[in-house]
Amino acid sequence: MRLYWEVARRSFRRYSTYRAATFAGVFTNSVFGFIQAYILLAIFRTRPAIHGLDASAAVTYAFASQGFLAMMGAFGALELSERIRTGDVVSDLYRPVDLQRYWLANDMGRAGFQALARGLPPFLVGGLAFHLRVPTDPAVWAAFALCTTIGVAVSFAFRFVVSLSTFWLLDERGPTQLASVIALFFSGFILPLNLFPDGIRPLARALPWASYVQLPIEVFLGQHRGGAVLGVVAQQTAWLAVLLLAGRVVLAAATRKVVVQGG
Amino acid sequence: MYVHLVRARVRSDWQYRTSFVLFTLSVTLVTLLDFLAIAVIFSNIPRLAGWSLAEVAFLYGVAGVAFALGDTFVSQVEYVARHVKQGTFDRFLVRPVGPLLQICADEFAFRRAGKLVQSGAILVGAMVAVHGAWTPGRLLATAATVLTGSVIFSEIWVITSSIAFWTVDTQEVANSFTYGGNYMSQYPLDVFGPWLRRLAIGVVPIAFVAYLPSLWILDKNDSIGLPAWLSFAAPAVAALLLVPARLLWRTGIRRYRSTGS
Repeated sequence: MRLYWEVARRSFRRYSTYRAATFAGVFTNSVFGFIQAYILLAIFRTRPAIHGLDASAAVTYAFASQGFLAMMGAFGALELSERIRTGDVVSDLYRPVDLQRYWLANDMGRAGFQALARGLPPFLVGGLAFHLRVPTDPAVWAAFALCTTIGVAVSFAFRFVVSLSTFWLLDERGPTQLASVIALFFSGFILPLNLFPDGIRPLARALPWASYVQLPIEVFLGQHRGGAVLGVVAQQTAWLAVLLLAGRVVLAAATRKVVVQGG
Repeated sequence: MYVHLVRARVRSDWQYRTSFVLFTLSVTLVTLLDFLAIAVIFSNIPRLAGWSLAEVAFLYGVAGVAFALGDTFVSQVEYVARHVKQGTFDRFLVRPVGPLLQICADEFAFRRAGKLVQSGAILVGAMVAVHGAWTPGRLLATAATVLTGSVIFSEIWVITSSIAFWTVDTQEVANSFTYGGNYMSQYPLDVFGPWLRRLAIGVVPIAFVAYLPSLWILDKNDSIGLPAWLSFAAPAVAALLLVPARLLWRTGIRRYRSTGS
């Protein structure tokens, strides 16, 4: 356990050295937050409430979801993909650590840094221009923190499986891009799932990607109280278990067929 | 020359077939999802700031094709940051072809063209669905708008990428103007706040990519009463933007001092 904690800490520190890149990311997230907020406001000018979302909740959603983008690692692959392509993964497999747990710890450290450096600032910038909703109840903050953490783990578990496909395809770009697109849309990142038509909305909310953005922000907006939060946590945990297990199964199959590039 | 370099690149990408096919598929899907988002919005409301689905689809199509052209042929200039960082930019300077043309051909990715097909199809669909007569003048204006739009996007790419000669780690800022610009140009400018509208007209001229010309093509009115001549100013804006684009790129190259290794 102590080992994985150290891995996470190192990863946190490593990401904290990219200062200019972090600033650039915050800038971009804020710009997209404004564009999305104005589009949502135009929608809610015509129709004041859509499936539990109103104008002020929607604007809050826009800036919060921009802050979630980097933390959830929705774009791009785990570095693991590159290590598989280059063959470096072999040295990872030699080590007396569990590959999945190692990369989970690594990703958690990254997400922890990005929650602070990339999550908070766009929200604060948005708060300068708009009235954003912020929970006052500490219990809501605690529930939000829990759901966000599980969300990061779900995102990791999914990307881990996607990364492992490199063992077979030897090039990670295709599957990574495809996985990002699906995740971005069904996480509620491009548009809150509340706006989805009746036929798709329940399904979209039940899929694993809702754990990335939609569910944590619903909790943040106080749309789940008391026992209802447990329902959200249960759904997220169930997907986390399924995806982590899938990662194990695929990893077992992959290591059986390891062929070192150029070796 | 460009064609020759590009062909070599496509051949090399084709070596990883499954990944290549998945990538092309997902690029097409990205564009489709972008449009799906607009469709989802219109499943909740009949009009957005007075614009119908067909009219917003027209904006989307014009901006999408313009962006895709820039993305396919010029966006590769972004890689200049990586080359500067690794010191590999030198090789573009010693060859007897312009460095901008080389870098655009060197990193050419055919898969980006998937967006072109997709946006083009939606543009044609929107033109059929929009009410109104397609006079030769309007058709010509649409074609001209797409072309000038792609020039504007390309210039923005060159300008934002040139920053890499000064600082290599801030590439993501470029996404605000390129991808952010594309995102913004898909919607009527009316929905955005006054300061953002002013920026899109006067500083980063995204409003000229689709919205302003479309006011005339689709016979729409802008709610804040912008002067009508702005609808025809896109070519002039594209020409004007060439000045800072050339200047920054040239100054950047002159400033470039390899990595010393």
